[in-house]
Amino acid sequence: MIRIKNLTKKFDQFVAVDNLDLEIHSGDIVGFLGPNGAGKSTTMKMLTGFLQPTSGSIEICEMDVTKQALKVKQKIGYLPEGTPAYADMTVAQFLHFIAQVRGLKGELKKQRLQTVVTQVQLADVLDKQIENLSKGFKRRVGLAQAILHDPEVLILDEPTDGLDPNQKHQVRQLIQNLSKDKIVIISTHILEEVSAVCNRAVIIAKGKKLFDDTPQALKQKSPLNNAISIEFEGKKPDTSQLRLAPGVIDIIESGPDKVSIVGHQSYDNLFPQIFDIVHLQGWHVKAIYSETGQLDDVFRSMTEEVA
Amino acid sequence: MTSVIFKREFSSFFATPVAYVFILIFLILSGVFTFYIGNFYERGQADLMPFFNFLPWLYLFLVPAIAMRTWSEERKTGTIELLMTLPITTTQALLGKFFAAWAVVGLSLLLTFPLWLTVNYLGEPDNGVIVAAYLASWLMAGAFLAIGICMSAFTKNQVVAFILSVVVCFLFVLSGSEILLSALTEILPVLLIDTIASFSFLNHFEAMAKGVLSAKDIGYFIILMLVWLSASFVVIEHKKAV
Repeated sequence: MIRIKNLTKKFDQFVAVDNLDLEIHSGDIVGFLGPNGAGKSTTMKMLTGFLQPTSGSIEICEMDVTKQALKVKQKIGYLPEGTPAYADMTVAQFLHFIAQVRGLKGELKKQRLQTVVTQVQLADVLDKQIENLSKGFKRRVGLAQAILHDPEVLILDEPTDGLDPNQKHQVRQLIQNLSKDKIVIISTHILEEVSAVCNRAVIIAKGKKLFDDTPQALKQKSPLNNAISIEFEGKKPDTSQLRLAPGVIDIIESGPDKVSIVGHQSYDNLFPQIFDIVHLQGWHVKAIYSETGQLDDVFRSMTEEVA
Repeated sequence: MTSVIFKREFSSFFATPVAYVFILIFLILSGVFTFYIGNFYERGQADLMPFFNFLPWLYLFLVPAIAMRTWSEERKTGTIELLMTLPITTTQALLGKFFAAWAVVGLSLLLTFPLWLTVNYLGEPDNGVIVAAYLASWLMAGAFLAIGICMSAFTKNQVVAFILSVVVCFLFVLSGSEILLSALTEILPVLLIDTIASFSFLNHFEAMAKGVLSAKDIGYFIILMLVWLSASFVVIEHKKAV
């Protein structure tokens, strides 16, 4: 359980985090979204005790982050932005070092190291120096050190940034396979990631919380959510007929050969009427499909209002 | 936890060429100073004074070189964020790093043992004095190191850290030198000059290198280390996230 109250961080005159309130419960996988410079990393640095808040408080597992810093740090696994690691060490040396600092000993240490190495697939590079690893492997080493002590709270700052699609997929799977009673906080500006792995999306911009709900709820904020799009074969015909169909509230020209039909909420299925119109008009149609809201658009409209 | 940090730092000196280069250069230069410039043979005395007399000047450049990466590198590569979010305190990290570098310097001192063998082979030196002088050298190295570590906490740039610590160390060494003090007698009152001279590494070191281990000289170096390490603590806390 994480309880953030009136959290504010100022760097001189610049307000990086502005009166943030947030409660996160066990089992929550939170996607922390926001444009660059929104205060995501600063918030995470305060959660992990790296930065001191200017005002406000953070409680993790019923403990105050500033007052019981060491105890809180034991509960947290953290992957800082850019995955810093001691480049001159080998992967094995590095993980041993982390295990020692985390107080893992004997059989438990051996077992945890083994588990983590299999979990993030590091067996092949254990004796390589970290500086010689590819970006993907470096990130895996960073993840391995974060989950080594099986923490209750896992904080990952842009864990998939700069990885190729396969690597992104692996990282997401890893996060999903963590046990269900943990708290995971992921910062990202990749929106599809949030719907792929998170059960909660929090958007911040200019240090303020703008949205806090499920990724599905975020999609529903899109004007295109549940809209029906028609892609035409060749040139787009006159589609004004569509406006006459009951339940249709708007037609959006969403491309040179594409229109999107937005229905009223009370009509949960517009397809039959649309089909009829398409049939009657004799339009040459390439595809008809239902849209799930464009997260990008919602994100942009939300964060641009503040900027 | 300090010991875990110590081990990592110590082995990191040897994982990179830093420790090897440091020890090699230290041994070569101390040999050159002792035999060629210090006239070890020509003096006809069975002691290691030529070696110890040049040591402060050798440390002036070599110790800042080994201290410069301590925090600069952590801040530059961002590993400081990793280190400081692990369940350790800043003091533990600081002490672990300090002792690791101090151990490397100590090791290089130990490796000058051929000098000691030579002087024992050639004559009958007072080995008690030599032990005291070695101890003094190590203490003085610790003080140089504490200054270097503090300067390293100030900046992300290792070269800047090196230059800053050479300058600060130079002031501490120079404050006891004849040239400076005689120049100052013209303009400053005696009390002030005595104070300046009492800050000097040279005065405290030379007394100990002659075999006189007084609490005043030992205390001087220990207090100096504590002061500069405390300063480092403040600087790290202030600068870690910048």
